[in-house]
This record gives sequence, C-alpha cells and structure tokens, in this order.
Amino acid sequence: MSALLLLVPLALFLGGLALLLFLWTLRSRQYDDLDGAAARILYDDLPSQPRDPA
Amino acid sequence: MSALLAEAAAPAAESPHAAPAGCAHCGAPLPRGEARFCCTGCAGAHALVAGLGLDAFYRRQETAAGTLRPAEGAPETDFAALAAPGKGGTHRLELMVSGLTCGACVWLLEQALAREPDVLRARASLSARRLTVEWRGEAARANALAALVARLGFRAAPWSPACLRATEDAEGRALLRALGIAAFGMMNVMLVSVAVWAGGDMGEATRHLMHWLAALIGLPVVLVAGMPFYRSAWRSVRAGRPNMDLAVSLGIVATTAMSLSETLRNGEYTWFDGATALLALLLAGRVLDRAARRRARQAVAELLALQEGTVQRLRPEGGAEACPAAAIRAGDRILLAHGERLRLDGVLESAEALVDTAATSGESLPRLVHQGEALAAGAVNLGDPFTLRVTAAAADGSLAAMARLLERAEQARGRFVSIADKAARFYVPAAHAVALATFLGWWLWVGVSWQAALVPAVAALIITCPCGLAIAVPAVQVAASGALFRRGVLVASATALERLASAGHVVLDKTGTLTEGRPALLEEPGRPASALRRAASLARASRHPLARALVAACPDAPPAPEGVVEVPGQGLRLAAAEGEIRLGSAPFIGLAQEDEGLTMWLARPGLSPVPFRFADRLRGDAAPTVAALRGLGLEAELLSGDAPPAVEAAARAAGIGPWQARATPEGKAERIAALSVDGHRPLMVGDGINDAAALALAHVSATPEGATDLAQTAADLVLRGEGLGALPYAIRVARRAQRLARQNIAFALIYNMVAVPCAVLGYATPLIAALVMASSSIIVILNALRAGQVKTQVKT
Repeated sequence: MSALLLLVPLALFLGGLALLLFLWTLRSRQYDDLDGAAARILYDDLPSQPRDPA
Repeated sequence: MSALLAEAAAPAAESPHAAPAGCAHCGAPLPRGEARFCCTGCAGAHALVAGLGLDAFYRRQETAAGTLRPAEGAPETDFAALAAPGKGGTHRLELMVSGLTCGACVWLLEQALAREPDVLRARASLSARRLTVEWRGEAARANALAALVARLGFRAAPWSPACLRATEDAEGRALLRALGIAAFGMMNVMLVSVAVWAGGDMGEATRHLMHWLAALIGLPVVLVAGMPFYRSAWRSVRAGRPNMDLAVSLGIVATTAMSLSETLRNGEYTWFDGATALLALLLAGRVLDRAARRRARQAVAELLALQEGTVQRLRPEGGAEACPAAAIRAGDRILLAHGERLRLDGVLESAEALVDTAATSGESLPRLVHQGEALAAGAVNLGDPFTLRVTAAAADGSLAAMARLLERAEQARGRFVSIADKAARFYVPAAHAVALATFLGWWLWVGVSWQAALVPAVAALIITCPCGLAIAVPAVQVAASGALFRRGVLVASATALERLASAGHVVLDKTGTLTEGRPALLEEPGRPASALRRAASLARASRHPLARALVAACPDAPPAPEGVVEVPGQGLRLAAAEGEIRLGSAPFIGLAQEDEGLTMWLARPGLSPVPFRFADRLRGDAAPTVAALRGLGLEAELLSGDAPPAVEAAARAAGIGPWQARATPEGKAERIAALSVDGHRPLMVGDGINDAAALALAHVSATPEGATDLAQTAADLVLRGEGLGALPYAIRVARRAQRLARQNIAFALIYNMVAVPCAVLGYATPLIAALVMASSSIIVILNALRAGQVKTQVKT
C-alpha cells in the first residue's frame, strides 16, 4: 500500500511529462512535414543551418 | 510519400519505350542523336548541380522520369513583390515548388540555395511542397533565387492562399492534440483499472482510492479530448439531424457520469477506461481520415498554384508593372503575353489578336479577334502580345460570377447524406431506446437502486456506442483514397467516393477531356515528303497551333528561312527565288474552295496546292475508357461547345452514342440537372471554365490534370497522371469501398446484437466491454484495408 503512494504519483508524473512533450512537439510543428522528416534523416550532410543574421 | 511516388514511378522507368539510359538530369528518354541530355535545360541543370558539388543527388533521387526537366522560357512572375521584409535587412520568400517529390529533391534544393552566400536559411517541406528562403539583401534577389530553383528543374509558383488553406489545418491539429490527450488518458486509466480487474482481494478502501485516481485522470481527459465530438454533435442537434457524433458524445458523457456516480458510492467497477479508450480509438480514425484527404487537397492546391500568376498592368504614364489580378480595376489596361491566360474580362485595344477560347466555349479552333471585341476571362493568347482594357475587376467579372454559381451548387450538394449518417439515423435512436429501457427495467421492474440500474444501462450504451460503426466508414475511405492517390487520382471531397460508386451515367466534355486539346497533323499517303518539309520549315516562323502541329509532325525540318511574313489569322508567305510561297487557309492561297476549318494549304509556284489536314486527336485512352465505363454499367454521352462535325467525329471515334454540340455553359448545366431529375446520377467529366457549373451540379465530377483552375475547384476528383484511363479504376475502387463500408456496418450491427443482451442482463464488465470494442474495431479495420486491393485491368 505504501508502495502505491510512491509509484502511482511517479507513473502519473512520467506519463504527464510525455504528454507535455507531445504537446510541445505539436506546437512547434514537428508533425507538419512527416514525409520530409522521414527522408531527411537519411542524408548525413550537415543540414542547411540557419545562419545568424547579425 | 516518397516511397509511394517511387512506386508509381517504377513502371515508367521499366517501360520498354524508355531508352536504356535516360537523360542524365531528368531521366526522360533521350531524343535520337543525343548522348546525355534530353534538352539544353537539363544540360544546364546538370552543370549547375555538378558545379555546386551536389552530384550525389543523382544517386539518391527517386523522381519520375521527366519531372525535373526545366521549363522552357523564363518564369513570368515577379517574385520580388512577394518577398516579405524581415529584421535587419533580411527578406523572406515562400514558394510552392512543384516537382519536389523525394527526399533527395529536398536535399538538393536546400543545399543549392544554402550555397548562395547571402542566403540565411532555406527549408523545404516535402508534404506541403513549400519552400521558405531567407536572405540578407534586397527584395529583388527573390527573382534570382526563384530562377535558381527553376534552373534545377523545379517549377516555382507563389505560395498562394489556397496552398495555405490546404496546409494550415487547424482542425487537424486540434484532432491530433485531442488524440494525444486521449491516448495518455486511456493508458493511465488502464493502469488503475487493470489493478481493479485483477485485484479480487483488494480492500474496499484501496479500491475506492483506485476509483478516485481513475476519475482524476479520466474526467479532464474526457472533457478536453472529447471536444471535437461534442462540437459536431451540438451542430447536428441544432440542424435537427442526429449524426454519429451525437451517439458518441452521449455514450461518452453517460459513461463518465455513471462512472462518477460509481466512484462516489464505491461501486465494483468504474468505466473511465472505456470512455477514454473509445475516445482514443475514434480520434485515431478521424486523424487518419483527415491526413489522407489533406494530402489530396494539398496536391490539388499545388496544381492550382501553378496556374496562378501576376498580370502585366500598363501604367498610364508608360511602362508595365506586374501586379496580382485582384488589384486590377475596371478601366485599367493590361498586356497579355504570348501563351498567357487572360484572367479578367476586357475589350481588345490592339488591332487584332489570335486567341484560344477552348476553356470558355469549348471551340477547338483558335479565333481571330478584332479591335473593340470583348474577350472573356479564360482565353489564351496564341499570337503576339496584345493590350486590352479591363471591363470588370476580378471580383465582378465572369470568372467570379461562375465561382458564385459553383458555391451555390456546392451548397446544394452538401445535402448529400453519407452512408454512415444514414446508418446513424436509425441506429442512434434505437441504441438510446435500448439503454433507456434497460435503466427503467432494472430500476422499476427488478427494483435495484437507480445508481445500480445505471450500470447495465450505460454498459449497453457503451457497447452499442458505435465504435465499429464510426470507424467502419472512415477506415474504408482512408484505404480507398490512399490506393487512388497512388494511381494519381486525387479525391477532394469526403463523400466523393460514395457518390462515384452510385453514378449511373457519364457525361463527357470533348475538347481537352476526350481529346488532347491541340491539333495534330493527319497522315496522308499521297503527300510528298518534300512538301511537308517545306511547309514545316515555313511554319517554324509562326506560333499558330496548326503551324506548331506541322512542326511537331516534321521535327527535323530546317529552320525558317529569312523573310517569312505572317498575316495573322490567314497564313505565312515567303518571297523565294522561284516565286512566292504561301502557307495558310484556302482563301489565303487563292483557292475558291470552302475553308474546311482544320486545314492548311501549301502553295508553291508551278506546283498544285498541297493540303494539310489536322484533327484534335482523341486521347489514346478515350475509346477504351468509354468501353470500360460501359462495362461498368455507365452510359456515356458527349456534351461539347464545339461545332457539330467535330463533336460527331469525336463521339464516333470514342464509341459514344448520344452527342450534343454547341452547348453553352448554361446548356451543359441544364443537361446535368435534367439527368439528375430523371434519377440518372450523372458523373460529369470536363476541364473548361464552361464545364465548371455542370461539374458542380453533377452527382459527382472529375477533371483531368491540365484543366482550368475553376474546373479543378469544382470537381470531386482530379485525374492526375494517367488521365481518363484511371476513371474506370476509380469507379471500381469506389464501388468496392462502398461494398466494404456496408459489410462493416452490417458486421458492427451483428456484433451489437450479440453483445447488447449481455450488457442489458448485467453480465458486462468493463473488461468485456473493452474486449468487445477492441476486437470489433480491429476486424472492421482489417476488412477496410481490402478496399485498396482492386485488381488493375490490363490497360491498352
């Protein structure tokens, strides 16, 4: 019973963390170009880095 | 998607017609005598890629042969006006890039742009075909960057609002968010529920704690993740038409309420797991369904963006400027370049102009227009550039009027009731009646407390809650439209497949749909080859479609000699050493004969005139397609705005019985309406602006790829790739999908007939409900996957 008091909140905390992570990926538009992401990973060249405009 | 496209491209690469080694850049078959490249554009592109050190592209690319051939002629659009200024002297340009079909293309594009010293960022999206470039410097650099994209073989167009609408899918993102939340809730509630199911020896207090934990997770999840369903249900209630979402919403809300009551009184089980799992499953179906349709919508938007462009406005003080068509007002003067499509209505100011009005009238022959004559939007300039005075702004012109007509027709079609909604109409009240009867039966007749009576009633509700039913139809749709997408058929509307399956009559347009839309020289056995060579050589000096066709028929003709004079609308003449040579219409060469339309004559001194006859050739797959459609039980008819002889000839060649010539746009729409009233459910296939109203009115409509943008917006299906030939296949897929949807619905009903008595009698536990739900969904989905497996008939 005392194990539950620790494990259940822990499980919920981890699950909640994953949920927040998912919401963040959604908000930062990581699902907008799934085809591109799938292909991009195959090329080991450096991606075209955003250069600092300064 | 790259995999899908590669799959589609594979047969083209293996086809025996392709030369063993294609063009080193685009992969298209090489013309005779060429060693590496099919055209100078490809040679330039290959040199550019090699010069940038990006040759690796050719080992990686998976595009279809010929996709990356750079277009001839510089792009007309002024991209500088579209560049948006950013911070610190930077600019940003958004482009729709056609031809971006594989990962290697994205890589090539991004790397090539990144090599430009002033480019800060270049990012291409493969699914949206969208390229974002940021650079430091002036806006005018936009044109150079767009030209670089074009030189690589991609076609760039301004990123239009239509593209944005197709890509920016706020509702889709909301669904995905809801799915994530529901999946989180489902798994975490299950964590607690499994403990309750398994813990037979669990103490009362512990079980109460578990129930409260489940409620703590379940309540907010049901509230937030269920919003898409609650909204749709509320709309359906207000419209007075109960739909599937209403049943889903009621089921979920009732289950949650009952579970809360069970939690409060510490009952044996709570049902939060069922409610959240149901939500997650249904949302997964929705997300998939939407993703499939979004892909089709994006592809349509891509086709449309390629047709958009700017208009050359002539300033009153002299000079021209490029501006969007929407900014032009009545009274402005515009310049229409050769080959450009007129976007506004106007009156011709130049002396004469040769225009192709096939899109607005269906006439296959170009027309000579004189000063002062009115021209409707949609005409294409075939001759020299001309100026015209705009008579109506884009919003008041003929195109806008047609678009409004389309909107009304769309609304009328919105009343189509899909098979899922039909099933929901009788199913939802029945399910609710059973649940209510169960509740009353247990409460009043058996005499348990009302809280206890709620349990079997809600169990009945959640088991009847049409999980299988709600997934049954979308799953089939996803599988079927995915299979069609791979064959180049874009399904733009959600109910298009259902309507296509029930079509019983097909109405075809002639010019551009059944025919290729451009004339081709007819073979004639008695014609001397030297005459053809001579005529083709002269014809090189003209851009008239017949002259073009002549050159196409004799590609190795020598270049046009010096001194060829074109008399617009009549012909060409050349003062040669042996006398005057003329090529043109019968009156032009002095023949008293009636002009037969698609005929050109070559008159040489001392020789009898040689006729060259042309015809707007039927597409190769027209006759087999009509035959295949008849085999599927669809009667075909031809409806064209062209002259009767041409229409009759096309009808006979394609094997179509009834035909009607000189049909106006209104006439076409009326014919479609008449067919619909008679219950024939017409499938309209057309490509012109004059077909748009008929397309929108028809039970279901399709348009070939090269169609006008208005026709593409109006049509349910866009036949890309194979053109007409894919239509019989699409109908077979649609019919199979319809059959599978019916099977799925029937299966879900049978499942309920077994499970419901179990629930009504109070034997159902959350575990049984979960098993029922999961197994029925899986079976329904597996059945739906068969929708794409339609055998391809042997093509001619």
